[in-house]
Amino acid sequence: MITAAVQEREHYLNQSYGIKSWLLTKDHKRIGLLYLATITLFFFLGGAFATMIRIELLTPTGNFVSSDTYNKLFTMHGVAMIFFFLIPSIPATLGNFFLPMMIGARDLAFPRINLLSWYLLVIGGLFSLFAMLAGGVDTGWTFYTPYSTTYSNSWVIATALGIFIAGFSSILTGLNFIVTVHRMRAPGMTWMRMPLFVWSTYATSLIQVLGTPVLAVTLVLLFCERVFHIGIFDPALGGDPVLFQHLFWFYSHPAVYIMVLPAMGVISELVSVFSRKAVFGYQFVAYASMAIAVLGFLVWGHHLFVSTQSVYAGLVFSFLSYFVAIPSAIKVFNWTATLYKGSISFATPMLYAFGFIGLFTIGGLTGLFVAALGFDVHVTDTYFVVAHFHYIMVGGTIMAYLGGLHYWWPKMTGRMYPEGWAKLSALIIFLGFNLTFFPQFILGYLGMPRRYHVYPDEFQVLHVLSTAGASVLAVGYLMPMIYFIWSLRYGAVAPSNPWGATGLEWKTPSPPPLHNFDEMPVVTHEVYDYSTVIGEEIQVG
Amino acid sequence: MASESHVHEETVALREQFDTEAQQKDASTLGMWIFLITEVMFFGGIFLAYTVYRRAYPEIFAVASTTLNVYIGAANTVVLLCSSLTMVLAVRAAQLGKSKAIVLFLILTLILGGVFLGVKAYEWNEKYVEHHIPGPAFHMEGLSPDLQGHAQLFFSLYFAMTGLHALHMVIGAGLLSYLIMMARKGRYTAEYNTPVDLIGLYWHFVDIIWIFLFPLLYLIDRHLK
Repeated sequence: MITAAVQEREHYLNQSYGIKSWLLTKDHKRIGLLYLATITLFFFLGGAFATMIRIELLTPTGNFVSSDTYNKLFTMHGVAMIFFFLIPSIPATLGNFFLPMMIGARDLAFPRINLLSWYLLVIGGLFSLFAMLAGGVDTGWTFYTPYSTTYSNSWVIATALGIFIAGFSSILTGLNFIVTVHRMRAPGMTWMRMPLFVWSTYATSLIQVLGTPVLAVTLVLLFCERVFHIGIFDPALGGDPVLFQHLFWFYSHPAVYIMVLPAMGVISELVSVFSRKAVFGYQFVAYASMAIAVLGFLVWGHHLFVSTQSVYAGLVFSFLSYFVAIPSAIKVFNWTATLYKGSISFATPMLYAFGFIGLFTIGGLTGLFVAALGFDVHVTDTYFVVAHFHYIMVGGTIMAYLGGLHYWWPKMTGRMYPEGWAKLSALIIFLGFNLTFFPQFILGYLGMPRRYHVYPDEFQVLHVLSTAGASVLAVGYLMPMIYFIWSLRYGAVAPSNPWGATGLEWKTPSPPPLHNFDEMPVVTHEVYDYSTVIGEEIQVG
Repeated sequence: MASESHVHEETVALREQFDTEAQQKDASTLGMWIFLITEVMFFGGIFLAYTVYRRAYPEIFAVASTTLNVYIGAANTVVLLCSSLTMVLAVRAAQLGKSKAIVLFLILTLILGGVFLGVKAYEWNEKYVEHHIPGPAFHMEGLSPDLQGHAQLFFSLYFAMTGLHALHMVIGAGLLSYLIMMARKGRYTAEYNTPVDLIGLYWHFVDIIWIFLFPLLYLIDRHLK
């Protein structure tokens, strides 16, 4: 069980105890864990809405909930999952915990702002939660005008306010990360020696800082329109509802990259460690992150192909959307090339990494389908689009998030998770995910629209398959929840470097001391150099 | 580059995550600049909306713009520019370590900011009296009913833009009050004056927003006779 050595050594978890030592902490590691708990809550909340959606879609008649309730279910599923789970997921938990450690810093540049940003997420979450409990919101997570401003009788303002506040959490996290990467690197940690997770988190932070304020002002205008009837998006006054869509997607398309870029960073780490090779074409992968961050801002118009946007604008946006696939493809090819002749081990994080590469490739390639003007007209607002973005967000981001969580769990908690159960759950998640979402590609192609709960009988078989898959997926997601908690007490004690990884975070004990390193690290060579490290034995019992 | 920072002073608070004071000051300054970039993006969204509608309804925007009182607007611009001057003088005083002068210039800045907000409130009240507040009661003399909506769009933008600007002024006034309090306690010296510097940056940024707002809102169709 617990060895004497672990109990005696001081680290960030036993430095101080009590609720205040957590709620007033300025330690980036503890704040990372606060985020972990918060977003896990929202993940299961969003999951509960998803469950009800899938139960409803078992039958073609729409007999489980009313149409109004169904509208609220998919809206609240989207709001909870996107704004309160996916956006903060990897950056705010794993990034918060490991970004300072990976560059050899004692903390982020602004620890108090870091704590503030957690509180902002919680306050924003409470507003949205209030809206959900008080009666829900039914506009879709996209809040399209004029429905959201004029016609909807649901809790639009409370929800939008919640997202507005949570947005500042995201902005401040991004700001903190950028300054930290620029100003806090350890001696010798040059830009080209930074782990790729740091690069991708840095690129993500740029998007958070540049994109989120635009969402904020859009929500302010939405708020003013709904409360004061000022009419900026009101066609009755000559206003343009499509302007709202432009402003909204100027943030919300880059937001997709806020979700997937950090995931790519995690995968770069995992693929390298578990094939014991330096990432192939390190610089290309690093710059690809930056390219995605920049190009991601130029493609929002592909959400408006059928929204009165001119055909010429559509052509340009279509072209640019193809363009953004290039840096993404560079990453996939480079991960694959890293595997080539590597010494591959199939530990749980690596299983997730393989899952990510496969699912992200499908999600990315179908992204090219919907970026094509003609095809997109056919599948706009169908389940094809739903399947596409779930392959990116769930198949991509959540796979990487879980992979990263398994990979860094020993460092965060000082305990190993049970490998057998973890492998089983990774497998279940992969199978459940595909069973849930692959039928939706076919459904969408055949013409099943999104956001409807009554559908023609011939779609039922595919919907039943999808719901069955969702049940499997739910089991897969519950398992880590259980064994992670179990491992806190009963897991094998983790050595400081169980995977034989090269990053600075593995050169300090597990769990790390309060200021991360007992003595400040000095970096002398490239990041993925496996010639000098070996993994330590895990002592069971 | 803050190369003079090797002059150590007992009162300077070096936070534990930093190695040197130069690093701490650099980090704070970079953080403020990034924050100002987010502000640019924030106002950018609403400037975009302005651009779209002004291009869509140029004539009505010109007509609606002439109902604003350009003399009051111009006077207020001068007030705000003066507040930027006093802010700069406060920053300079801080760099020279003249703590009495810091307090004096900060108070002057706060007063000028207050004057600006007071004048703005007077202008808004004028709009209220003239029924130029967007909403069901909106009415603009001499315009046919189908153009009322377009004129209302101008005033929607006017209130959204000046309102958000005023909100930033109020936050700035709060920050100035904090600075004054701390400066009176003698917290800022030639060695440590980062907060004065950074809040100064914020204050100038808010001024610059107004420098854009004034011509866009007041000067659409003014000609020297």
